[in-house]
Amino acid sequence: MTSTATTSTGAGGAATTPPTPPPSPPALSPGELSRWAWRQLTSMRTALVLLFLLALAAVPGSVVPQENIDSVKVTAWRRAHPSLAPVYDKLGLFHVYGSVWFAAIYILLMISLVGCVVPRLRIYWRAMRAEPPRAPRHLTRMPESRSFETDDEPDTVLEHATAVLRRRRYRVRTVDGAVSAERGYLREAGNLVFHFSVLVVLVGFAYGQLFGYKGGVVTVVGQGFTNSLSQYDDFAPGALFHPDDLAPLSLQVKDFHVSFLTSGPEMGQPQSFDADVTYQDGAGGRTRSYDLAVNHPLQVDGTSVFLVGHGYAPVVTVKDGNGDVAYQGPVVFLPQDSSFKSIGVIKVSEAKPDQLGFEGLFLPTYGFTMQRGPFSQFPDVLDPVLSLVPSYGDLGLDSGAPQSVYSIDKTHMKTFKSSDPERLGPVARIKLAKGQTVTLPDGKGSIRFDGVDRWVKLQVSHQPGKGVALVGVLLGIIGLMGSLFIRPRRAWVRATRRGDGRTVVELAGLDRSSGGDLGDEVGDIEQLLRSPVGAAPDARPSPDRRTPPEEPS
Amino acid sequence: MTPADFAAFSNHAVMFASIVYVLAFLAHIVEYAVARAVPTDVTVAAPAAVPVAAGSGAGPSNGETALDEPAPDDSAGDADVRVEKWGRIGLALTILGCALHLSGLVTRGLGADPARVPWGNMYEFTLAGTFGVSAMYLLLMRRYHLRWMGLLVTGFLVVVLMLDVLVLYVPAGPLVPALHSYWLVIHVLAAVTASGAFAVGALASLLYLLKSRATERGSLRAGGYLARLPELRVLDRVAYRVHAFGFPVWTFAALVAGPVWAEYAWGSYWNWDPKEVWAFITWVIYAAYLHARATAGWKGKLAATIALIGFASLLFNFVGINYFFGGGSLHSYAGR
Repeated sequence: MTSTATTSTGAGGAATTPPTPPPSPPALSPGELSRWAWRQLTSMRTALVLLFLLALAAVPGSVVPQENIDSVKVTAWRRAHPSLAPVYDKLGLFHVYGSVWFAAIYILLMISLVGCVVPRLRIYWRAMRAEPPRAPRHLTRMPESRSFETDDEPDTVLEHATAVLRRRRYRVRTVDGAVSAERGYLREAGNLVFHFSVLVVLVGFAYGQLFGYKGGVVTVVGQGFTNSLSQYDDFAPGALFHPDDLAPLSLQVKDFHVSFLTSGPEMGQPQSFDADVTYQDGAGGRTRSYDLAVNHPLQVDGTSVFLVGHGYAPVVTVKDGNGDVAYQGPVVFLPQDSSFKSIGVIKVSEAKPDQLGFEGLFLPTYGFTMQRGPFSQFPDVLDPVLSLVPSYGDLGLDSGAPQSVYSIDKTHMKTFKSSDPERLGPVARIKLAKGQTVTLPDGKGSIRFDGVDRWVKLQVSHQPGKGVALVGVLLGIIGLMGSLFIRPRRAWVRATRRGDGRTVVELAGLDRSSGGDLGDEVGDIEQLLRSPVGAAPDARPSPDRRTPPEEPS
Repeated sequence: MTPADFAAFSNHAVMFASIVYVLAFLAHIVEYAVARAVPTDVTVAAPAAVPVAAGSGAGPSNGETALDEPAPDDSAGDADVRVEKWGRIGLALTILGCALHLSGLVTRGLGADPARVPWGNMYEFTLAGTFGVSAMYLLLMRRYHLRWMGLLVTGFLVVVLMLDVLVLYVPAGPLVPALHSYWLVIHVLAAVTASGAFAVGALASLLYLLKSRATERGSLRAGGYLARLPELRVLDRVAYRVHAFGFPVWTFAALVAGPVWAEYAWGSYWNWDPKEVWAFITWVIYAAYLHARATAGWKGKLAATIALIGFASLLFNFVGINYFFGGGSLHSYAGR
């Protein structure tokens, strides 16, 4: 603005009278500018806008799959939207809650909060020690006021009023023939405590996010795991986490029990599941046993172990083309639905001359219809069947590229031809009931379904700072209740002797909260002042005092 | 009685509760239909003068409606008595409906084998949530004289209960293992209480917006529904009070009980699960409402709008998450 004014004067202002430059605000010095910015940032409006931005910014994280919550889903999403994925990556939409823009909003909000609360702390400190303000000259101008007459001396009335108001937990002082009273000082304290507690929660949360970790491990029943990075199937460490922070812990899953409803409308719904585990903490710690169940985690040295899922691991024996046992043991299959129809792959890299792969379904209770194909009728193991597509060739494991254990790289794998392409499709599929063996064509080998093991998914997590967050949020609720429910009120009582010897008592009240109304506070105080129980013995109610109070003039 | 008997009883109780709510709704309609016939000067003055006779020294005015005293004009007085009568019938029927609703809820819990809290799936959450709305309305009746809200509350209850029975019904059954925790009682009870308060608050805010718009446009017809509502100031204050009650309870439900249970059940107190995220979003919006009410330029209509946005996000969290996100949410067992 200032620069435009200068140019116009310089260009055409030689002959004519120089136009008066438009009134422009003087340029702000850096100090003024920063003070202005600070005032803007800490204003309530900005805080409101930031609150809305925070709410809005949290939305995409609930819509787009998040890397640190469900990375499998993110991978699937990337595959389904190849053109959008890079854009989303740039915007950090797979990491919303760790993204720069999300952090920017809440950090600004925190700064705004501090900027709002700190000056109020000073004001509150002063208000806290201040005496109730003097009675205004015209009490009738207050939102609510009353007056009545009495024969008592003004001093007696004021003494009585002081006692009444003190009993109602007002802070009271008497100046110039009037009592001033104020209560509800803790409201603002509650408000400040609440805002402070938001910071406490954030610190506790951030601490846990930075130094904590969370990992998942699938363990076949009968096996165990030790708490080291290599054991985890998935692991999400905090930014400042160090592998040395892993608590020494080893754990064996001894047994696993699950029961499903066998009748009723909710048939097949799990009723309960729990695992018997034994564990040792530290080097040479004693072995203890524990019943691990949903809602019943194991806690060792601040590390928690949770039972978060379970499934089936069919045990198979695979012989290769040479007739040697190339694999023997359980293979983890992942349940797909509540019937525990599970998918999985068996990769037999030891098989010679060709490596073998099997990909397909495990059905704990086999069922088949032409429409649905093979499916599971019930989640428990009643009639377990493996339905697999065998293949042979090179699994590609030697290339060094990381592979999922739940899928087969089929580039160098060949399937077998179906015996009845018309009815069964072109690719051969084998069906194995428990105890059965199927020999593959062309002498490629054989597979035997020995039995079914179960596996449990354990989640191991360590989140320091959760106590801080909990204390913070409880403190916040206490503060919140104080700030919402404590009524900041002022009351005044003035007693003046009139010419005829009677005393006029005026009283008024004011509620200082934003949503406040006085209710019947002034009426209640009036009642108490009119019926002085024991406070002023000579002031008994006389008939004329029962008349309705006079209208204020 | 066997669990099956209880379950059957529950279904009947819920059906009868719905019918009684319909009758209550009709009674409130009649109340306002009768009120339209009343001469304008009386009607506008009467219910609008609900609490707080400000500034006057006219005796203890503690929010009694002016309807308690018969009006001087006979015909108007007669109509007023009829308005009052239908209003009271509506309220009485709502109380009866609420009692039936409660019995339906309790027997639903006894109808499961083993007996349990009656909130383990979407049908039951809705049943409990609507009960929360109904109970909250009746509980706050004494303090805030909410009968003017009766029409909207009973209408809301009828619609939601019908949808619940028609769309969400599942037979009574045991809980899934994830819900085997006493935190289910605490967490859901708090969430239902807060939701009930927020629903009542949202209705008050909605009426505030409608009335203030009608007032600004000058389309406030004397004797009409909006004209018979309390003054804007009172609507705003009731909305604030109810929200102010709901907010700490919601804070407890969503940010204390929820995380503590999540810590036990899922191993992490905050998982950024869609339901958690939306509970947080709801919390932030209601926090914004409380701030907006104290901010110049935001109080009044804008604040009321924020309250409605908050309720929309609450509803979306309750229904939308389970339908749109389904298995993607850790709360998916709440679906069916």
